[in-house]
Amino acid sequence: MDTASWLYMYMPIAGVNIFWPGLVLIGFSVGVIGGFFGMGGAWMVTPGLNILGFPMAFAIGTDMAHIAGKSMISTMRHSKFGNVDYKLGLVMLVGTMIGIECGAQIVMYLERLGQIGSVVRWVYVGFLALISWMVFYDYYKAVSKKRAGVVEGEHGTEGITWYKTLHKIRIPPMVHFKHAGFVCSAWLPIFVSFLTGVLAGFLGIGGGLLRMPALVYLIGCPTHIAVGTDLFEVMISGLYGAFTYAIKGRIELVAVFVMLTGAAIGAQIGTVATKYAKGYGIRLAFGIAVVCCMISIVLKQYGFSAPAAVLILSTITLICLYIIKIMFQGAAQELRDKKAGTQAQM
Amino acid sequence: MKRFAMTTMVVLAACLLLAPGWAWAAGGGASELVVVADTRIIDNGLMRYVANLYNTDVTLFATWAVVLTAFWGAFLGFLMDFCMKRTGLDLNSRKIVEH
Repeated sequence: MDTASWLYMYMPIAGVNIFWPGLVLIGFSVGVIGGFFGMGGAWMVTPGLNILGFPMAFAIGTDMAHIAGKSMISTMRHSKFGNVDYKLGLVMLVGTMIGIECGAQIVMYLERLGQIGSVVRWVYVGFLALISWMVFYDYYKAVSKKRAGVVEGEHGTEGITWYKTLHKIRIPPMVHFKHAGFVCSAWLPIFVSFLTGVLAGFLGIGGGLLRMPALVYLIGCPTHIAVGTDLFEVMISGLYGAFTYAIKGRIELVAVFVMLTGAAIGAQIGTVATKYAKGYGIRLAFGIAVVCCMISIVLKQYGFSAPAAVLILSTITLICLYIIKIMFQGAAQELRDKKAGTQAQM
Repeated sequence: MKRFAMTTMVVLAACLLLAPGWAWAAGGGASELVVVADTRIIDNGLMRYVANLYNTDVTLFATWAVVLTAFWGAFLGFLMDFCMKRTGLDLNSRKIVEH
């Protein structure tokens, strides 16, 4: 450690020396993935921080603060693309906040009754299985429709269209969400965000993993808008989470700043990559990430912590490389087209 | 961008108003663990200030944590925006294609 001591940084609160390039790398990877899928990615950061040597108590709080900052960077970029429907985000925030409180109260109530740790984990696994089934079934249905020549959606062929049925509920006030491009009862996003909020509060997660598919399948957002709007919500809930964890003394601020530096670059890549990806490409990669997350939780439940961490880290690496490839290929193509256009004009 | 800044301000103000209630509801859990930062071995003045603040006034520390995270996030966002503009890519429009 003496020869490479400059690679280690002392964390004043946790009292540990941490390999700082590892922090930058974690920030970068989660920035890429979070910007592309529209989620915080706590399930990726926490095991990574733990492997670097952070005590678990600090890993979660530090992760939460980093997610808030990272989502802010991604939201700014998505906002420029027009991918953030602020009105929808704010309406959903009402349901999310009440829902998270209810979820937290349910957990506290169940805690008083007895052990609920494994129950929570299995409920989480159940929901992840449901989400991945939904994503893959939707993809299969969309592919089948496209092969049959059926094109019914505004932005191309769609698989699952449950939101169309839900949009028929016309309880006032009816709201026009301009960026998302639909009119529906305000109660629909409030109710859906309340449900995802209850689950997030109950499971003790940020909720991006549940909200993104809910925005697509139940509310009817185009995938790109769902990603941007969800990040806006993750940013707000992350700042709140950062405050509560900091008040409990569970945040290592220096690590947050180091991670954010990597995340700033990663978030640009992940966010810009959505420009070159089709909605179903994002959904499919999201489904794979959810399956890996689910398997890692099952492994952890049976005491296989090391294989669970390896699985998570390999998933992060592969998905990250896939997104970077999309971004650079798309950007290179755009620049080539631009150049060809300029030359043609001359 | 103006809209983003305004929306963020509104939401942050709402969060600050509601924070005490949330903090109360989200309490419990790991609160039994008390960690004290060892300031004797920290040479850097800024780091020592952070560690001291953590030991003496955790509420102010939490406020700083949120404010500085938001500030650093916004700063990096603007900085990266400045850099990305120089790549020649169109970063203001995109086509939504689902399949």
